[in-house]
Amino acid sequence: MVKLVINGEERQFDGDQDTPLLWVLRDEMGLTGTKFGCGIAACGACTVHIDGAPSFACVTPVGVLEGAKITTIEGLSENGDHPVQEAWRDLNVAQCGYCQAGQVMQAAALVDQYDTVTDEDIDAVMSANLCRCGTYPRIRAAVKQAAAAKSGTKEAEAQ
Amino acid sequence: MRNSSITNVSRRGLLGGMGAGAFVLAVGLPRPGRAQEEEPEFGRDAMPNGWRDDPKIFIAIAEDGTVTVTCHRQEMGQGVRTSIAMVVADELGAEWDNVRVTQAPGDEEKYGNQDTDGSRSLRHHFMPLRRAGAAARTMLEQAAAAQWGVDVAEVKADGHKVSHAGSGKSLGYGELAAAAMDLEVPARDSLTLKDPSEFRYIGKNSIGLVDNMDITTGNTTYGIDVRREGMLYAVVARPPVYGGKVASLDDSAALAIDGVEKVVQIDPAEFPTEFAPLGGVAVIAKNTYLAMKGRDALQIEWEDGPNAEYDSEAYRESLSQAANSDGGKVIRDEGDYDAAAAGAAQTVEAEYYIPHLAQAPMEPPAAVVEIKDGKAEAWACVQAPQVTRLRLAERLGLSEDAVKVNVTLLGGGFGRKSKPDFVLEAGILSQAMDGAPVKLTWSREDDIRHGYYHTVSVEKMTAGLDADGKTIAWRHRTAAPTIGSIFAPDPAQKLPFELGMGLLNMPLAIENIRAENPQAQAHVRIGWYRAVSNIPHAFAIQSFAAELANAAGRDQKDYLLELIGPARQIDPTNQGDVWNYGENPDVYPVDTGRMAAVVEAAADGIEWGREMPEGRGLGIAGHYSFVSYVAVAAEVEVVDGEVMVPRVSIAIDCGAHVNPDRIRSQMEGAVIMGVGQALMTEVNFAEGRAQQGNFDSYLIPRMDRAPKRIDVHLVGDDAAYDRPLGGVGEPGLPPVVPAITNAVFAATKKRIRRLPIADQLRS
Ligand code: FES
Ligand code: FES
Repeated sequence: MVKLVINGEERQFDGDQDTPLLWVLRDEMGLTGTKFGCGIAACGACTVHIDGAPSFACVTPVGVLEGAKITTIEGLSENGDHPVQEAWRDLNVAQCGYCQAGQVMQAAALVDQYDTVTDEDIDAVMSANLCRCGTYPRIRAAVKQAAAAKSGTKEAEAQ
Repeated sequence: MRNSSITNVSRRGLLGGMGAGAFVLAVGLPRPGRAQEEEPEFGRDAMPNGWRDDPKIFIAIAEDGTVTVTCHRQEMGQGVRTSIAMVVADELGAEWDNVRVTQAPGDEEKYGNQDTDGSRSLRHHFMPLRRAGAAARTMLEQAAAAQWGVDVAEVKADGHKVSHAGSGKSLGYGELAAAAMDLEVPARDSLTLKDPSEFRYIGKNSIGLVDNMDITTGNTTYGIDVRREGMLYAVVARPPVYGGKVASLDDSAALAIDGVEKVVQIDPAEFPTEFAPLGGVAVIAKNTYLAMKGRDALQIEWEDGPNAEYDSEAYRESLSQAANSDGGKVIRDEGDYDAAAAGAAQTVEAEYYIPHLAQAPMEPPAAVVEIKDGKAEAWACVQAPQVTRLRLAERLGLSEDAVKVNVTLLGGGFGRKSKPDFVLEAGILSQAMDGAPVKLTWSREDDIRHGYYHTVSVEKMTAGLDADGKTIAWRHRTAAPTIGSIFAPDPAQKLPFELGMGLLNMPLAIENIRAENPQAQAHVRIGWYRAVSNIPHAFAIQSFAAELANAAGRDQKDYLLELIGPARQIDPTNQGDVWNYGENPDVYPVDTGRMAAVVEAAADGIEWGREMPEGRGLGIAGHYSFVSYVAVAAEVEVVDGEVMVPRVSIAIDCGAHVNPDRIRSQMEGAVIMGVGQALMTEVNFAEGRAQQGNFDSYLIPRMDRAPKRIDVHLVGDDAAYDRPLGGVGEPGLPPVVPAITNAVFAATKKRIRRLPIADQLRS
């Protein structure tokens, strides 16, 4: 039995402790926003934040997560207004949209963590996430836009 | 704002609300859809079940004014839910903020053709949907005029209300919906469509995707996301070789796992397999993880069957042999190729190879089926819901009426989800569980190893140049297994529609042309993959055009334009292409002027002719497909044998634009898929088994290999809405690969004739 906090709510799971977090979220908790794309940490569709760090839910056994705080796409922001989510909509990044929960979670961790985001950062970090539809140019632009919006917010807060 | 997803619509009971009078305009019997007076043999008229333009099918207006547009084409990333709503809303005079989209189930009797393939959704349904919007607008005007006792000519519907200029009165659409519903749908030829100058959404860039909010907040429902009360989860172990079957099974270890409910054998598919499940052993469990764990614990011995020897390297050699031999079926013959070739000053030949590819949509195939009271209901990510319904009914022994197929969002399709084998698997398993809802999920390995693969091909090109370097003789031999092999005993010969994808209709101005199609047997399921046979044909033809330019000592782009020749309109049926993408050749001839224009635009966009530093080069290619014209110019950089594609310019002429932003996004996506095909993507077989299984071996581009700069140029008459539209979803892809390999040649003097490039440039 493992207890963890998912999107701010305490949850527990007493099934097979080897079950990857991905299937606990999707099948047991009904949080289907986190997607399955490969199951081997090769596509990023399942990206969630575990204690704030972007992580592949498909290769994380739920048993190791006692007390961990998990954020999924459903819990990234109250009203879908994280700067990354807004930039994604503003630039119409999505095509089929299937990879985008993972992309948004990866990008959100990136812009939350760093004040400036370079092309090299985007290559290094966002290359963990595949998009078969080929939305990379817009992802790149949206990450930059979100980073700019975020640092604008930070400046505003500092004043 | 979160109100356009399938889940939300049904959750809020909107569909149920229709009977309660909330969606008054939706009530009523559809009028017959196909216009008698129109030609039945081409385009939308010739599609199974045709088209519909009845506003009562597609538009519902609630009393609060909310307009709900029913989308009968499947969303897989092309933006069709947004684009269809734009078309209807614009003609209707609706305010975009009050427009919602709901997805139609598979029911072609009601909605007309729903097969979402062939880059046809707007090409075929733009005009019918405009008429549906215009008819509803007219009915609202008639209802208002009747209420006010004025002539209908004095009122005008726009901005979600009908106004009477004389009296200053106005009524909202919601207020008029009930009265409008009672009216007859006006006759088709009485409708006045908007003048394009009045469009507010069509052709504009201002409309965001209807699913944007749901996608960015995880509120979407794809096939893999469907949940039903009491649902079980299943995966299937399929024969590793196409046509194989279970020889022996020990399922005791699987059944010993807590949470594994049942192990079910599925009969092997018989040839021709069409959309039948491949057979094998299913494990049904309490969640997906347990089902996969149970599958891993199965002990199965397989009997491999007739394709156990399939080996990609040996097969490539056999295709090559066929393509290098005389006697292949002559499929195109103009002038006198032999005589012209014999008299040529210079002969050039080249052989091109393209491997199998898997569509690999990011959402693997997945479906839920539930059977209750003799009725089956499916929720699935399918491109072709009607054939899904028919085949599911057959397989379950039910009538068509007893089967409902709800279409979810598709997490990519690319042709894979035109085949409903996975939905049938879910149906069989639900039946095995006494009708309990079963979700069947394909793992990525299932998807890569048991696919409907893009064909594998050898294209052998031979040409003769005269003393001035002009191409006077051209022979194209194509050897590739056919998609026809899944539908009938393997004809071993490409079908007319495959040959019509850029080979028979190849428009280059060469006097002596011959094309031949030697035989090739299929050893795996061959299926549609975005752009289909245009991929090998464009790769061969556009690579070879560049090779001829090089042989003639000419600039690649200049030579390509010379080959395209003077602006003219070609009837492809004169070249043996009786298919022409299903379109009327009088309406859709091949227009070489439009072809040349996209080549010029792509070249301008990359600043063709600029001096390139060491290791860098530019390449160009153009291709006509799905009745659109696309050219691509690519810049590559080769460092230590690694190819990077920093910049691409892509130009498309697809006729008038409905949703320009989605044309751009389709071109961007096509470029990136093409980068993958050029550099890294392939499926190979050994001993009948696919050698790749997941994204660690089946390689597609990541952010770091995607071009940093992609410029999309929309060319042609973007407001010619009275003229036929071209396709958008597929035609971007074919010219990408040859543009890249032509650029690699410019950069390295090494000609790539075999895809992918992989490590061919490493010394
Ligand atoms: S599903 Fe987890 S990385 Fe692909
Ligand atoms: S948007 Fe379709 S996979 Fe990324």
